[in-house]
Amino acid sequence: MPADTTGRNQSARPIFHPRHRAVVYQALLAAAVILAAWYFISNAVENLLARRIASGFGFLSREAGFEIGETALLTYSASDSYLRALAVGLFNTFRVALPAILISSLIGMALGLARLAPNWLLAKLASAYVEVMRNVPLVVQLFFWYAVITESLPAPADALSPLPGVFLSNRGFAYPTLAGQFTLALDYPALSGFGFTGGGSLSPEFAALFLGLTLYTAAFIGEIVRAGILSVDRGQFEAARSLGLSGRQVMRFVILPQALRVIVPPVTSQYLNCTKNSSLAVAIGYPDLVAIVNTTINQTGQAIEGLAIIMLVYLAISLGISSLMNWYNARIALRGAQS
Amino acid sequence: MTKSIVLLLLLVLSTSNANAGPTADGAVKKGFIQCGVNTGLAGFSQPDSNGEWRGIDVDLCRAVAAALFGNPKKLRFTPLTAQQRFTALQSGEVDLLSRNTTWTITRDTSLGLNFVGVNYYDGQGFMVTKKRNVKSAKQLNGAAVCVQPGTTTELNLADYFRANNMKFKPVVIEKMEEVLSAYFAGRCDVYTTDVSGLVAARSSRAANAADHVILPEVISKEPFGPVVRHGDDHWFDAVKWSLYAMIDGEELGLTSKNIEQQAQSANPVIQRFVGATGDIGKMLGLDNRWAYNIIKQVGNYGESFERNLTPLGLDRGINKLWNRGGLMFAPPLR
Repeated sequence: MPADTTGRNQSARPIFHPRHRAVVYQALLAAAVILAAWYFISNAVENLLARRIASGFGFLSREAGFEIGETALLTYSASDSYLRALAVGLFNTFRVALPAILISSLIGMALGLARLAPNWLLAKLASAYVEVMRNVPLVVQLFFWYAVITESLPAPADALSPLPGVFLSNRGFAYPTLAGQFTLALDYPALSGFGFTGGGSLSPEFAALFLGLTLYTAAFIGEIVRAGILSVDRGQFEAARSLGLSGRQVMRFVILPQALRVIVPPVTSQYLNCTKNSSLAVAIGYPDLVAIVNTTINQTGQAIEGLAIIMLVYLAISLGISSLMNWYNARIALRGAQS
Repeated sequence: MTKSIVLLLLLVLSTSNANAGPTADGAVKKGFIQCGVNTGLAGFSQPDSNGEWRGIDVDLCRAVAAALFGNPKKLRFTPLTAQQRFTALQSGEVDLLSRNTTWTITRDTSLGLNFVGVNYYDGQGFMVTKKRNVKSAKQLNGAAVCVQPGTTTELNLADYFRANNMKFKPVVIEKMEEVLSAYFAGRCDVYTTDVSGLVAARSSRAANAADHVILPEVISKEPFGPVVRHGDDHWFDAVKWSLYAMIDGEELGLTSKNIEQQAQSANPVIQRFVGATGDIGKMLGLDNRWAYNIIKQVGNYGESFERNLTPLGLDRGINKLWNRGGLMFAPPLR
């Protein structure tokens, strides 16, 4: 039987060439993905039409009609548009996520060093912190901090005042601000009516979210820092010591620069997580982007558009953080190394 | 958040079913009605200590089950927050939404929903702690106000303060339990929702109910009613007339206790109601004893009100029957 030769002849035909076969498979896969997407989209559109549910992004220019509790970076009132309300939400997301990323990096660095410290108590305390924070769900921690702030601090009338002009109450943290741009005079918060007016203030919702996010993310960053330091060959440490560098100098000039190459990529993921986790704000009433979009969805009924906005915005933020961190990672990479 | 994505996926995946009566057919096929209710609002829908759901919104679900199956227990409940409720109904996760939902034109049109009627007339009010010594909502300038998102309450609140040229700090929390604990912890000066909700919260959650006062201003009209999806007129009719049967039942003096005996009455109106004559049940595509079953197994509107809302200290008020000075008026069953 010439079966053998037939097989060989077939495999010699262009269509059975591995490269051509790969192209065919990829084209089939792409077609399947496009078909599935088309099916979902047309199905959704058909359902929306059949039930006469409004669609499109026209609602963005309509008056929002609801108030937002925190508008620190952008003025807003109920007569502004949904678009502006969403912008306020986005700014509020940044307002909590960026400081949380910054402070959790500092705490995480300290934690990582502490876990490797020769001091037994310090190392154990740091590892206890990491284990507790990593293993309690973030949303539970947020409820905890929110309850601590609202239940244990006094009402505005009996607010704690650790420094003149600074007040701690269950309405948050009120502090003096500069009265104008070109003056050193301070605008002090004062108790009037229901709460404090004048000066600046941080709400309990912001404080709880910031504390929760920072302390939670710091635990993960601490572990990454520890792993990064441990990844540096012990010989590096010994060689640096034998050059006469002090313990601090060894860490600062020899170990950390090498450890950073290991630390940066996973820390990037933590920064992305921290930003995305800020959407848990909705549980304790901090008006971040997701909270505002949820309200918008409910008032307009346009869930698909609302969720599309959330996904696009978080995608943009994440890509932004990633590219920034990739740029930084490339900078600290070993000269001549491919990374 | 995750929940709304799941609900959205259901909306994307569910195939079009705009033909007549699919909701009832679907319920019969699966053997129960899926009813969307509040996650916990005393008097409207809240599980009791045995895990049994209680409230006037729950009774409406039971009435529809009694009408469709002759058995008020053929029912499953989906507890929904204010934000989840419409997506759950639009996507078909629930057959019926009975969850102290205010009837507004936006919801009745662009959300793709139909309100079938009103089972409670309410209005929005404000609750403050007594020691604040506030006598009127006009004195609330600068107050921190606890409110749930995605509600008409949130919009009315903004409108009211704008109209009266006052400022406020909203504290917007989704879960009822969380927003109430924020208010009772003193995070807010004011809690605002429908007056019935204020009364329910005060009597079921406050450490001492007497410490809280509800201000005299009622700033909005909030007619609550059951809601169904656009596109299923048979189901719309069945739910609508289940509600009306409870109201008409009260008007006719029919109760769960006396309907068996009243069914023997010669009164032609009652004869039609219980299905002894005529075929109003068939017109709805239901058993001819549907209204009898509702009254026998669930009770009339007044019984439901007394069982669920009276113990909270809520007065019948404008929810009395039309012939007793209230607004409850059902078209005739004939």
